[in-house]
Amino acid sequence: MTWCRETRTHGRHASSIVTSPKLKLAPAYWSRAAILPGIVAIAPMLPGTLAFGMAFGALCAEKRFSLAEVEVMMALVYGGLSQFVAVQSWPDHLTASSIATLALLTLTVNIRFALMSASLRPWFGTLPRWQAYPAMLLVTDGGWLAAVRYREHGGADAWFYTGGALVLYVAWLVSAVPGYVLAEQLADPKKYGVDLAMPAFYAAMLVPAWKGARLAIPWVVAGVVALVVYWLLAGWWFIIVGALSGAVCAGFIEPPAAKPEHTHG
Amino acid sequence: MAELLRSDVMLAFAVMTAVTVAARLGGFWLMGYVNVTPRIRRMLDALPGSIIVAAALPVAVHGGPVVMFAIVAAIVATVVFRNDFIAVIVGMAVAALARAMGFGG
Repeated sequence: MTWCRETRTHGRHASSIVTSPKLKLAPAYWSRAAILPGIVAIAPMLPGTLAFGMAFGALCAEKRFSLAEVEVMMALVYGGLSQFVAVQSWPDHLTASSIATLALLTLTVNIRFALMSASLRPWFGTLPRWQAYPAMLLVTDGGWLAAVRYREHGGADAWFYTGGALVLYVAWLVSAVPGYVLAEQLADPKKYGVDLAMPAFYAAMLVPAWKGARLAIPWVVAGVVALVVYWLLAGWWFIIVGALSGAVCAGFIEPPAAKPEHTHG
Repeated sequence: MAELLRSDVMLAFAVMTAVTVAARLGGFWLMGYVNVTPRIRRMLDALPGSIIVAAALPVAVHGGPVVMFAIVAAIVATVVFRNDFIAVIVGMAVAALARAMGFGG
């Protein structure tokens, strides 16, 4: 983790000299006007979320969880991929060590949420803590991606993120029930392409984020590192290691000296 | 399904929840101590794309031709229609159709 110290010290020196227009985005505020646009922005996620939740409910029914247990997990853990991975490898008998294994598994899948909430700090950090921290409990891939895109276009209304995130949360809670009840028909999510819902949404979010080949270098780094880690290491470490590599790489790519604001924005 | 809420299962869920909440709040909390310099800003700006690629690429490669083809179809749909909704439907439909036609993966 040496890069961490290095970027931080570099940063302190640079901060007083360089000013970027992107650093001066408006502070967060709450206005109901953004609730509907926020929901519209996450709407493409809803079919995938519902289908994913249904597939998860079906899997849980197969694994002999009670519906009450499934709903507790949906409401508290609230991380679709981590829940899937955990239930798929659920041990027959829970012991201290098998619970620790589940915790580690959950951590490797969900540690990306730390990066996501960190990236929301410049925006939500301007709100009182009692508002900002509960909002961070709702961070998911889809809600966060939509919020980041809104922020990139200069948005500051906290309801945009929170409204969409709440809808995703409720949809997630509801989705497991039909899946649990109809377990037998839905046990194979692949049949309906449900496993493609997330990757397809990701791909769709990648297209508008494309701002030229130079700014896509971190993506290539993230992808290559993730693949290598995927092949070398068991488990789900590839997400966090790949994502961090891409971000760190972006930190080291200096914007061209001539017109930094032009290429950056 | 003997019990409604088994206590050992609840304990496991509690631990998983604690880990996940720590990730969700911890990143936000830690970032409060980081000076958002232009360099850090560039790192944060690169995060969405990096997380997407890092999370999806190994899964796509592992998923084989059907998954990769479906993702490419979703990207093409996004470029053509500029609509996330259509992209997701296209991605799912292409994979479902390919599998229905007997392509594995």
